[in-house]
Amino acid sequence: MKVIVTVKRVIDYNVKVRVKADGSDVDLNNVKMAMNPFCEIAVEEAIRLKESGVATEVIAVSVGPKACQEQLRTALALGADRAIQVESDEQLESLNVAKLLAKVIEQEQPGVVILGKQAIDTDNNQTGQMLSALTGMAQGTFASKIDIQGDKALVTREVDGGLQTIELAMPIIATTDLRLNEPRYASLPNIMKAKRKPLEVKTAEELGVSIKAHTKLLSVGAPAERKAGIKVADVAELVDKLKNEAKVI
Amino acid sequence: MDLSLSQEQQLIQEMAAKFARTELEPLAQKLDQSGDRVAFLANLKKLAELGFMGLNIDAQYQGTQAGSVAFSLAITEIARACASTAVTMSVTNMVAEVIQSIASDKQKQQYLPKLCSGEYAAGAFCLTETSAGSDPSSMKTSAVLDGDSWVLKGAKQFISSAEYAGVFVVWAVTDPSAPRGKGISCFLVEQGTPGMSIAKAEQKMGQKASVTNEVLFDNCRIPADALMGELNQGFKIAVTELAGGRIGIGSLALGIGLAAMDYARNYTLERKQFGQAIAKFQGLQWMMADTYTELEAARLLLMSAADKKQRGLPFSKEASMAKLYASEKANQACYSALQLLGGYGYISEYPLERYARDVRVTSIYEGSSEIQRVIISRELLKEVS
Ligand SMILES: Cc1cc2nc3c(=O)[nH]c(=O)nc-3n(C[C@H](O)[C@H](O)[C@H](O)COP(=O)(O)OP(=O)(O)OC[C@H]3O[C@@H](n4cnc5c(N)ncnc54)[C@H](O)[C@@H]3O)c2cc1C
Repeated sequence: MKVIVTVKRVIDYNVKVRVKADGSDVDLNNVKMAMNPFCEIAVEEAIRLKESGVATEVIAVSVGPKACQEQLRTALALGADRAIQVESDEQLESLNVAKLLAKVIEQEQPGVVILGKQAIDTDNNQTGQMLSALTGMAQGTFASKIDIQGDKALVTREVDGGLQTIELAMPIIATTDLRLNEPRYASLPNIMKAKRKPLEVKTAEELGVSIKAHTKLLSVGAPAERKAGIKVADVAELVDKLKNEAKVI
Repeated sequence: MDLSLSQEQQLIQEMAAKFARTELEPLAQKLDQSGDRVAFLANLKKLAELGFMGLNIDAQYQGTQAGSVAFSLAITEIARACASTAVTMSVTNMVAEVIQSIASDKQKQQYLPKLCSGEYAAGAFCLTETSAGSDPSSMKTSAVLDGDSWVLKGAKQFISSAEYAGVFVVWAVTDPSAPRGKGISCFLVEQGTPGMSIAKAEQKMGQKASVTNEVLFDNCRIPADALMGELNQGFKIAVTELAGGRIGIGSLALGIGLAAMDYARNYTLERKQFGQAIAKFQGLQWMMADTYTELEAARLLLMSAADKKQRGLPFSKEASMAKLYASEKANQACYSALQLLGGYGYISEYPLERYARDVRVTSIYEGSSEIQRVIISRELLKEVS
């Protein structure tokens, strides 16, 4: 069984994000980029499926500019067998990414597709769900456990009230939550070997997908700076302020 | 000319940075204060398992075979978080490289996989003696062939990792009548060999989690085939291998200097005096500009020396220049960074005083700054005479 795992290139989570002076977007100039942390968890899960004998091949897929090959190489260094880059210079919205991925899935016929629940740049939390709708594959989102049992899979989901375990008919799409696993470090010898693993480049045209924008980014602004707090004299004043000013109790 | 890193070098740098940030940084202060051996060795083991102990060793001996540039990058990233870990890694890599470059195939098979995989916590490099520091050719430790074994007698001073190293590369005089530096040979000695003992750890100013001990050889018998490389050619080997080690120590110094300045740079934006962030004071801005410029120059010197080394070109002068410049400038960077924090720089709750202590030895060990200048000027004059 093949596993497809998706990988997105985003701003490194350690970097302080700046907004461009004209407010048109986030400033990516000279900014360190990295693999989306939820995708790291997805890659780890895919590799574990292979190590436990459930999967036979792990394919890492990224939609993005040439630079996203760096993140694909990271996935290969971590243990993916081969990689596919779907070339795109624009920031694509989730639906377009889902359409492109659906085509790759059609070609590769994987048993399991694992995505991050969201990417830490735009925090959309849509692609996995849209992909499920487009492919008709069952979905288990926000997974904290994925247990493949032949022609069905048990996926434990992190929901507001706690954990929910659902049974899905294979093939499935899963999106990862934080507690699914703890990603490993790529070993240096594997980084060296990653160069020799195949990385295929495809375009939207080759996949027969026409990219259409449904949303328009109007402006990006920095969050308001936090204002200094105030000191209250006693509990009574605190309760009064919470009730009458903040109106939270 | 292309000064950019290859994709592998970049990935190795990123991986080292990530490991340093997640595994080493949270522990570094505690290790400095308590020397927690268990945690320190656990990190070394993890680093070995990830391929950091044989960066320049061939894959057939379980090395990473990533080259000297990757070695330099990795040491810098590790040193940003923990200089003690970085020096252990640098010396262990150097020990592995000596073995790879001159040992017999049997010796390589025997020791390299153990060093690379972490079966040995570290390797030790035993050159210095109490009366032979900057001038190692004046060493007194001797090795005499007796039947089918060599008998080692003498003592080595300031040996990094002696307490837990699995194997020691030991230099000893094998021909006392030969001219200076011509009668020294190189041996492989395993930890626990009868006749070898390790004195108690030195109390140091910095890099406290890494141990430094005297190693004593009292009629220590090692097999005849423990000789590594050619008889009486050992000193030349030491000189050659130290040149590679200097890239490691320069890279280590750079890592500490960058860590100190990065910390201080953020601090100047947060700290307010006279009603504004201290980053607004031009005097401090210039300090920052000068220091980062010097560290960048150090980085380029290191990259250039490492690049020459991995392309098989002569690199000894370049390695000395890089070590001299990087260690001196990193020392200054740590002092400037400490100054930028004012009184807080002097307080142990902040990492600056540790950086300043840790960086100090980089202009002393593996050849002091004065000795680097001796080497550089010797090469410069040789070129024209
Ligand atoms: C923490 C630590 C770890 C170490 N680890 C190891 C190790 O693992 N293995 C190992 O073999 N050694 C190790 N050393 C030893 C280290 O390499 C020596 O300390 C160093 O080479 C200097 O020798 P020395 O201390 O005897 O100083 P000396 O040689 O006595 O030097 C004293 C001063 O004289 C200067 N000087 C000497 N000769 C000249 C000259 N010709 N011209 C101008 N100035 C000169 C020096 O620069 C220095 O300033 C370590 C040292 C330390 C402190």
